Parts: sequence; structure tokens; C-alpha cells
Amino acid sequence: MPNLSERRPDPDLLLAKVKRQEAEARRGKLRIYFGSSAGVGKTYAMLSVARKLKVDGRDVIVGIVETHGRMDTAALLTDLEVLPPRMMPYRGKELGEFDLDAALLRHPSLILVDELAHSNVQGARHPKRWQDVEELLAAGIDVFTTLNVQHLESLNDVVGGITDVRVWETVPDTVFDDADEVVLVDIPADELLERLRAGKVYLPQQAERAASNFFRKGNLMALRELALRRTADRVEGDVQAYRVDKSIGAVWKTASALLTCVGPDPGAERVVRAAARLAVQLNAEWHALYVETPGLQRLPAVRREKILGTLKLAKDLGATTAVIADADVATSVIDYARSHNLSKLVIGRDPVRRLWPWQRSHGQKLALLAPDIDLIEIGRADAVAQRGDAGNSRAELPAPSPGDQRKFKRLRYLWTALACVFVTLLSMPLAAHFDRSNIVAIYILTVVLIAVRLGRGAAALAAVLCVCSFDFFFVPPRFSFAVSDVQYFLTFCIMLAVGLITGQLTAGLRFQARVAAHREERAGSLYEIARDLSGAVQIDQVVKISDESIERTFRAGAALLLPNAAGRLEVTSARDDGALPVDLGIAQWAFDKGQPAGFGTDTLPGTEVLYIPLRAPSLARGVLAVKARNRRLLRIPEQRQLLDTFAALIAIALERVHYVEVAQGAVVQMESERLRNSLLAALSHDLRTPLTVLVGLAESLTLTKPPLSSTQFDTAAAIQEEARRMSTLVSNLLDMARIESGEVKLNLQWQPIEEVVGSALNAARGMLKQHRVEVHVPRDLPLVRIDALLIERVLVNLFENASKYTPPGSRIMLAAQVLGDTLSVSVADDGPGLAPGREEAVFQKFTRGERESATPGVGLGLAICRAIIESHQGKILAAHRPGGGAQFTFTLPLGNPPLAAEETDSGHG
Amino acid sequence: MAESLPVAILVEDERQIRRFVRTALEAEGWSVHETETLRQGLVDSGTRKPDLVILDLGMPDGDGMDFLRDLRGWSTVPVIVLSARVGEDDKIEALDAGADDYLTKPFGIGELLARVRASRRRRDAGAGLGSTVEFGDVKVDLSLRTVHKKGAAVHLTPIEYRLLGLLIANFGKVLTHRQILREVWGPSHIEDGHYVRVYMGHLRQKLEDDPTQPKHILTETAVGYRLVQNAIQ
Repeated sequence: MPNLSERRPDPDLLLAKVKRQEAEARRGKLRIYFGSSAGVGKTYAMLSVARKLKVDGRDVIVGIVETHGRMDTAALLTDLEVLPPRMMPYRGKELGEFDLDAALLRHPSLILVDELAHSNVQGARHPKRWQDVEELLAAGIDVFTTLNVQHLESLNDVVGGITDVRVWETVPDTVFDDADEVVLVDIPADELLERLRAGKVYLPQQAERAASNFFRKGNLMALRELALRRTADRVEGDVQAYRVDKSIGAVWKTASALLTCVGPDPGAERVVRAAARLAVQLNAEWHALYVETPGLQRLPAVRREKILGTLKLAKDLGATTAVIADADVATSVIDYARSHNLSKLVIGRDPVRRLWPWQRSHGQKLALLAPDIDLIEIGRADAVAQRGDAGNSRAELPAPSPGDQRKFKRLRYLWTALACVFVTLLSMPLAAHFDRSNIVAIYILTVVLIAVRLGRGAAALAAVLCVCSFDFFFVPPRFSFAVSDVQYFLTFCIMLAVGLITGQLTAGLRFQARVAAHREERAGSLYEIARDLSGAVQIDQVVKISDESIERTFRAGAALLLPNAAGRLEVTSARDDGALPVDLGIAQWAFDKGQPAGFGTDTLPGTEVLYIPLRAPSLARGVLAVKARNRRLLRIPEQRQLLDTFAALIAIALERVHYVEVAQGAVVQMESERLRNSLLAALSHDLRTPLTVLVGLAESLTLTKPPLSSTQFDTAAAIQEEARRMSTLVSNLLDMARIESGEVKLNLQWQPIEEVVGSALNAARGMLKQHRVEVHVPRDLPLVRIDALLIERVLVNLFENASKYTPPGSRIMLAAQVLGDTLSVSVADDGPGLAPGREEAVFQKFTRGERESATPGVGLGLAICRAIIESHQGKILAAHRPGGGAQFTFTLPLGNPPLAAEETDSGHG
Repeated sequence: MAESLPVAILVEDERQIRRFVRTALEAEGWSVHETETLRQGLVDSGTRKPDLVILDLGMPDGDGMDFLRDLRGWSTVPVIVLSARVGEDDKIEALDAGADDYLTKPFGIGELLARVRASRRRRDAGAGLGSTVEFGDVKVDLSLRTVHKKGAAVHLTPIEYRLLGLLIANFGKVLTHRQILREVWGPSHIEDGHYVRVYMGHLRQKLEDDPTQPKHILTETAVGYRLVQNAIQ
């Protein structure tokens, strides 16, 4: 039994496979030409293949290709369509950049985009070219691109270590791993050097010196090995995917997942990259965790930014990231690992700087706490990495700490000094009456109070000041720092120790309190917005509540952009005072893609406003635009998460409001439909009953025995006739009302038209008694999908019309034929015809062909005909018959009639 | 003669309609019993052993359809339904629930009497149809399974013959599309309404003089079909 079930492919896996294939079918395919260094011929290889495809008839265009002045490469471009570059200003120059919008507009089948790792000039939609490529793929366009091994994010520092040259343009590994095909372009190191000497490899002028370092044989061989290995890893991944695809055997995925810890030390990026590589090799998920301790919270803003930057790098490399505020790093890491079922820990090795013999490294602490979890320690930073880190952080954020905070710090120390002076002055008169140990107690109390109020630094200062004051003012000899009795040194030491320890303890408590307060604040604001939103029943309320909550919580201006009926976003915020410079273009992009854009994201990060799509369970409901006055606030992961949660809550509220409206609309519609139907039914019943009586009684008069006199008989017959006409009129009115209200549900069935013609003739027999009727309906007409009752009504009305407006004895001709993809039916007569120019007017309600006419009837019949035919997607026209008279023609669309089951003689019985 | 008068029960709330229907039926030799409520109508149908029930579907004291289903639980008496409603659905529902025929208000006495006579004839014929049936110039021999029109043999396919047989067995009565589909094609084809129309067309082309102006196989639009002696009287 178990064997059977094990060999059967898991339905969930199969489903996932189908879903993946569906997503892939819509997405374009990415092929990367991958090489170990510049000059191996990636662009050349890519262009050669593109030319071949072009000859085969593929719609290939060149998005952007750098020929670097190489003739043989440029020659390949000649036959290909090249997208004109978009000129962007950059430091006073004009740079030709890849024009993403033009490419999307052109929408070729395949586009070549050279240099995947390229960074776009500021002002482009995405900071990186690989993001442009992502968008092309999402639009269903296939992309060929090129990439060097040193530009791969996770190998970046390895390559830096080998070559001493660090590049800053990197591509996340996920892009490489998710590419549909990777083509390795490879030449041996010697040949490459040969080409270099021959001047076939492009080197930028300014980088020439560094490059000459780079192109050493040893380097090239190492890079080549890296490129080959990375490609081999990928191929292995492909093989595994293939095996899963084909359900070959049982390839069990290990459930092990990695957790890496991000810290403030230099080289944290290296740890993250190492973890990323390991995760890829193990084919495992991985998490990156940052535990913020009190010490870390006191770090200068630039270094905190740096840590957040490392976390973002982890996220870019495919990790799930989290930030936890806790004083005990080891415990919280282990808790996190256990709660997320992560069995391997990757940490950086602690620097060897142990102050005390009992101090343990993080690694040791973790090992003690959780002996079952695998621990992998990564060697710390090398010189290159450190240099890079410093450069990186400088480039990324020059965020000065706020001025008032520094002022507060200075004030704090001033207060401490003042307090010490005050206590000393207070103690002077006491010294005469009390023992010096009591004076010590007063000082210690002072230190404790200062620690509680003003924090650790102030406590330390106070401890020193108090010791000095005590020594100077109270220890004999007084007013001198000299000490006569050695035992006071002990007093000094104890005073100092008490001051420092108290300061440390209270500072820790204050940190915990502050963390708790932050958490509470976040929880509180979430609770508030959730409560407020749950009470909102109108869009306006949702808008107002979100504006206010975001203003309160993030000290940021917010605007809700909601789509109109056409799916275009519109600003709906209540207070549109222009304080929020909303760019509807970016917002629309965020809405369409379902991805955040603007400040702090990967898309147009240069703008001030952050755009978060409001994704509700069923679909995106709009975009939340936020502009924080303190920008750093939005970079902190917890704040961003909180904002995302807000966005989710707002989205759900919008969706709920939407459904409330839909439900109300449905109730109103149902109610009005019910009312209309019951009204029509009542009208129909109440009018028909007396008409039935009239018809019936008039007819029974004509049947009485002995028979009536001829005038009496005629009167009774006339009453009967008129009552019947009135009944037709009532039917017409009711039908018109039903059709006008749009509530008529067509009972569409596949019908032979001759049957409907037959029943219409039967129904109109009475009024056609004095006319000659000719019917031309071929036998082999296809079935049409119609409501037979309504089409019969059309024909009866047309017959009635013809009989009313032609003298007795006239001919009435009905013909049906197939015209194109329609069935055309015409009713013609040889009577006086229509008044010229009235062909259209006859279909209006209450219109008749002649102004003044003795012919009875309210001109409803043809209006009903038009309404019925149009509800069948057909047309009805009035015209003059060529031989004189009027001709009404209507068409009905032909579809694909179902086949009637073919009958075989053996089917009998 | 008086003691053998056939009994009709008229369930109708409108006095004037009852009046002329009664007059017309009595002139045809029926003994008519009127009731104003469905409840009383049901009681009378049980006690008076009627030969015909004429039922107005729109009675104020309940749903005529319930009456019909209730009655069909224990009686096979022919029922003619009077309907004032616009839609055809209630007619189909009534026919499927066991009514034999229907009339849409306003109706003439001629129409009413034609329906009454047809149901009477069907009842008299009972199970024992003659071995040959004739309508117009068409002659059907049920025992030999042959069909002749104007003396010439007409070849029918098995389904066409079954269709004709069903119409003959219900001469003068309306058969809904559902009833025809169930009897001829079986319950799995209830939704394939176009089968009936297509084969009915074939049958008309073989048996009628002018298929677009049929005299015998009549269409009750959106409801079903009816076989009659001669449509034009």
C-alpha cells in the first residue's frame, strides 16, 4: 500500500507544476549569456543567435547593445532593428539609456538587452537594468541579456577577494537562478589574454590601471572556475526541476532551512552572501534575523542604516527578513529558529576580543542553548570587504542624527553637573553634624536618581563628579584632592561602582520600557485603525480614517488613490491641499503591477512619495500614497511592516465597503424587479379577467337560441371583436413595459424558423382572412437561436400591420433566406406603401404611417418588433417594395446550431 | 338521457366567467357544477365523480398548481386549465403537472368547446385506440406500423414514427417539449429541446401539405405540440 501511494505523483506538486507552467506561459523567457569576465564574447554570441532567429522570422529587436567600438560586433547589428536610446541628462552630459517604455510599446517577440548588471541613470523608472528586464518579461516579451560572473550578488565579495577589484553593479542571484536558460560563453584564459593584447577587449579609460591588475592569468582562471561552477550549480538545479517535472523517482526535498544573524560588525554582508550561497546549494529556504539590543539602538544613525541595508541585501538575495528588539540575542535567535523550524544557523565568527574569561562568544552561547541546531560560523571580513562597506554606507545615506536629540544629550550632562553642585552645597552644612558615611549615602542616592532620570552616561558622569566632590569637600584634608586616610579609596571605589552599575541597570530598564512602549504604540495604532475602519460604511469614511491614522502614527501625509470605472486612479483624499505631490503615473504603475513604488522601493526610489498598492483578497482596490516628514521612519522595517499592515487593513475595508454597496444595489434591484413583476402580473390578471368576460358573454350572446336578429348579432360580434383587440393592446402594452425595463429574459432555443412562421400564421389567421398570403421559406434553412414566442409576436405584428394598412385582397408575402451570417426574414405587401421619409419613424412608439387615419390601433406594434429584434442582436428595417408597397425586413444572427443526434435505423427501440 | 349527463366541475372565482362557461357547456349537454374556491373544488372532485375539471390557475385562495398535483394523486379526470398570465412557464408547469389542456384568457367559447370535445373524445376512446387512425388525408395503421398520405406510403424513421405514435396516443392534447423528449428520447435528453423541433419539422414535411401552414401538427409556441383533426374549422 504505502509503495503505491509513494510512487504516485503528489497532486499538490502536480498542481503547483501546472500553475507554474501557466505563469510561465504568460511570462517572457529570459536567456542569460554568462561569462567569466569582459571580453569572452557574450554580446557577440547573443547577436549571432539573434540574427539567426531573425532570419527564421522571429520578431527580434535590439533594446540596447554596447559594441564598445568593436567592428565585428557592430557588423552583427546591421540587419537588426535597434531601438533608439533614450537620452538622459547625467552630470551635465547626455547618456543614452535603454528606453523601457518604447520597448513595451513596440512589444517585440524577443528583445536584446546587453549588460544585465547595468545601473540606470537617476530618473529612470528602475534603478537597475535587471528590473527593466523583469518588467519586459512580465509583459510577455522574451529577453536575451549578458552577465559577468563578478556581477552576481552572492559571488561579489568572492570575486572581490580574488581580484582586489570590487564592482558595485550587482544582480540578485534570484534573477540568475530564475532565468529560463543560461548560456555559458567560455574561452580559456590564455586566449582571453591574447585578445586583450590584441586590443579586442574594451577597457574604460579610467579603469585601465585597475583592469591591468584584474586581467592576470591567475585571476582569469579563478573567475573562469567560478563561472563554470555557478553554471554547473544551475544545471544541477535544472536537472532537479526536470526530475520533479517528470515525476521521476522520489527526489525528497530536505526540509532544512537556514537562519542567519545580521549584526553591526563589518563583514555582516559577507555572512549574508555566504548564507545565500549555502541556501542555494542546499536548495533550502533561508531567513535573516536582526536582533536589536539596547547597545545597538544607541548606535549612530549611519550604522543603523547600514544594518538595515544588510537586511535589505538579504531580502534581495531571497531571504525572509525579521527584526526583533530584545536584550538577549542568543535566546531570541534560538526562539526564532525554533518557531520557524530552521535547523541551521549561519553566523559570523566573533572577533577575538574577550575582556573577561567568563565572556562567551555568540557561537558558544547559541551552542549551549540549542545543542541540536547546526551552527555554521563564517570567517569575518577581509580588508576589501571593509573598504567596500565603508564606501557603501557613505554612498547610501548621509543621515545626520537629529539636532534636538544632541542638544538634549548636552543638557542632560549639564543637569547632572548642576545636581552634583546642588547636593554638595546641601551637604556642606550637614557635614558638621553628620558622619561622613551619611554624606556618602546622600551622594549615592544622587547617582541613583540621576541614573533613573537621565540615563547611563549621566549616571557615569554623576558617579565621577560625586566621588570628586566628596573627596574635595569632605574627605580630610578638605578642599584638596589629597587623601589622608587610605580607607577612603575603598569608599571612592564603591561609590563609583554603585554609580556605574545602577546606571547600567536603569538604562537597561529604560530600554525595555521604551521597546515595550514602542510595541504598545504600534499595537495601539493598529487597534485604533482596525476599530475605526470596521465602523466605516462609506468610501469617504475610509479615506478620512486612513488619512488621520497615518498622519497620527507615521507623522506622514497620506492620500488614497482609488480607481474609477475605467481602472484609472484618481485622488480621493479629503484634504487635497497639494501638500502631497502625487504622481499618478507612478501610482498607476504600482496599482497595475501590485507592487510598491517610489520612495524606499526598487522602482523610482528617487521620488519623495511612497506608493503602496492596496491589495484586498479579490483584487487591488487602490493605492496608498505616503510622504513622511521624517524619511528615515519609513526605512525602518517595523515601520514599513506597520504601514503595509495599515494598507492591508485599508484594502480590506475598501473591499468590504464595495461589497456592502454591491449588496445594497442587489437588494434594491431585486426589490424593484419583484415590485415590477408583481405589478405586471396584477395588471395582466386584472385587465384580462374583465376582457375574458366581455369576449365570452358577447360570444354567448351570438350563440343564444333562438338566434338574435342580424343587427343584434352584428352588435354582439362587434363587441367581441373590439374586446379581443383591446386584449391585444393590453398584451402589447405589457410586453412593451417589460421589454423597456430591460427585464425580459430571452428564452433562447435553437428553432427552425418555419415553425415560428407557421405558428405566427396560425395566430394571425383571423386578421389575414381577406388577404392572400404567400410564404417562401426554403426547407434547408439553418436553426436560429431565438425566443420563439417573441419572434412569433414580431411576425404577428408585421402581419397585423400589413393587413391593417392594405386594402382587402392585397398580397402579403413572407420570405426567409440566409444572407451572410444572418437569417433575413421579410414581410412585404403590395398596398399603398409607406409615406416617403417615414421609414424610420414608423418604429417610434405611438407613430403610424399616416397622420390622420381611420385605421384603429396605437402605434406600438412596430416599436415592440424593433425592441424584440434588437434584443436578439438583429436589425429591423422598413423600406419600399420594388414593385410597390411596404416591406419590413428583420435579420437574426446565425450561430453554430447543435447537431441533432443522427438517427440510425438500429436506434429504434 | 338526463341521468347519463357528463359532469364538469368549474373552479373559477369570477362569477361572469363562470356564467358564460356554464352556459356554453350546458348547451353542449354537460351538467356543470361551479365552485369558487380550490378547497371546495377538490372536495367536489372527490364526491361528484366528474368527467372534466376546468380550473382557473389564478385563484385567490391558493395555487392552482397545488390543486392539480393533489388531484393527480388520486384521479385521472381530464383537466383544462385557464390562465391569465403572460408567461408560458406556468402553462408548461401545469401541463407537466398533469393538466390535459390550457386556454389563455381571453378565450372564445369556440376554443373552449373544441378543447372540451377533444378531451371528451380521448376519454371515450380510452386505452383502446382503433388499429387505424386518420387525420386529413393521412392514414396511420398502428398494427402494421405503416403511414399513408393520399394513398401513397410514407417512409418514417423509427424516431419519427415514435413521435407520431406519441402524438396519436395524445390526440388533441398539448404535449410539452419535456414530455415528448422523455417519451421519445429518454430522460437523459430532457434539455435537448431542438431535437423535438427538428424531428417535428421532418414529420411536417412528410405529412403536411404546407409545412409552414400546418393543419394537423400544430405548434403551441414555447409550450409544445398538439395533433388535431383539422386546424381550420
